[in-house]
Amino acid sequence: MTASLKVAGLAFAYPDGYQALFGVDLEIQRGERVALLGPNGAGKTTLVLHLNGLLAGGVGSVEVAGLPVQKENYPEIRRRVGVVFQDPDDQLFMPTVHDDVAFGPANLGLAGSELEERVHEALDLVGMAEFSDRPPHHLSFGQRRRVAVATVLAMRPEILVLDEPSSNLDPASRRELADILRSLDITVLMVTHDLPYALELCPRSLILSGGVIVADGPTRDLLLDDPLMRANRLELPYGFDPRNVPA
Amino acid sequence: MHRHTPVHRLPAEVKVVAMVAFIFTVVATPPSQFWAFGVYAAFLVGVARLARIPAKVILPRMLVEVPFVLFALMMPFFGTGPTVEVFGLTLSQAGLLAGWGILVKGTLGVVCSILLAATTPARDLLLGLDRLRVPSLIVQIASFMLRYTHVVGDELSRMKLAREARGFEATGIRSWPVIAQSAGSLFIRSYERGERVHLAMLSRGYNGRLPELMPATTTAADWWTAMILPLAGLAVAVAALWTQ
Repeated sequence: MTASLKVAGLAFAYPDGYQALFGVDLEIQRGERVALLGPNGAGKTTLVLHLNGLLAGGVGSVEVAGLPVQKENYPEIRRRVGVVFQDPDDQLFMPTVHDDVAFGPANLGLAGSELEERVHEALDLVGMAEFSDRPPHHLSFGQRRRVAVATVLAMRPEILVLDEPSSNLDPASRRELADILRSLDITVLMVTHDLPYALELCPRSLILSGGVIVADGPTRDLLLDDPLMRANRLELPYGFDPRNVPA
Repeated sequence: MHRHTPVHRLPAEVKVVAMVAFIFTVVATPPSQFWAFGVYAAFLVGVARLARIPAKVILPRMLVEVPFVLFALMMPFFGTGPTVEVFGLTLSQAGLLAGWGILVKGTLGVVCSILLAATTPARDLLLGLDRLRVPSLIVQIASFMLRYTHVVGDELSRMKLAREARGFEATGIRSWPVIAQSAGSLFIRSYERGERVHLAMLSRGYNGRLPELMPATTTAADWWTAMILPLAGLAVAVAALWTQ
């Protein structure tokens, strides 16, 4: 079986000379939920932008379900890789929730009842179907984040890439989003600083630090590896012990 | 706000065309034909009644016209040619007529656009403009304005709070540099947001054009219904020109 995502030897420097990635290798199998951990400035965002070809031009390769991320494949790659950006106000740019969710599939050429079905299906998955006609600014932050997830689910992606999905969410919205993510039958790569969230949702984690993957293993093991955590500026919240969390 | 009257139901593009055509007939009418403007006003009152838009919605929104009204009021004082005495003021006859023309035509135009805006959701208006082949770039810019006015407005009020929390009070000209700096940083922030939005759009397959999300369902009957207003206006304008 081909992996959902395969990154090999990926290195990238920005035009100003700042090198963010120094040879990233990783592989994510279909249906896995994987957390990508790392301190600020580790290159996480740069890596995410490579997954659907928004950044390119370095060395190495990225493949999504066997399809190389190259210019001629961009339309299909961007269908396969659903990136949910951190700020839902960046992600939701259309006048209504419905239009925003329809944006992706419409770009894929869907129209009419087929398009409506997709929109409805995606909004249903995140429990936002009744808000279809609302403008995004009438929604709470948590609701907007869920709609942002729906906007990419509507494209039926191979892999869902979430950039800091729990940031700025109150605890209830955070839990609701976790329930939704667990209910989806889809490969997930979750970029986060929220280590308890990673432990809750992702059996496996990667640590990106200094532009390379420095660790790859079961989330619990990584979080319990104190020297590794320390070396990569990762810290568990005060009082949080992964050993107390039921597996 | 979704009320279902025949005026609400008409597709946006049809209403836009009808409104613009009607305004043209109004503008083409000579200002000296006072009766014609009464008839136009009656038409618009009729549309408002049909759409069940109360005067208390229309009147406050007419305030946007105030600068033009001031301009129109100045015309009689600066016009040339024969003059007339009104309450001891010497006013130019041509200026009076021109001022009246601006005032009445402007007012009818404003009421017309208020009626359009009150009976058409902003998003439908954008779809309508797109169907009328308004350049896609302009429709997209308008659509982003619609979406981000609140976001940027919220950002502005947070910046204002943050300034005040640190003891800043806007007191006259000395505080202008601070306000200018806030405006500058708001601009930079919005610009950066624009870049992030663009990335998010590319991620979902944006190719330079907003996809058409709602196929047009406009019928010939819609067009004829909407054209009643401008056609009636045309009849009035022709009659006014004829009897001049």
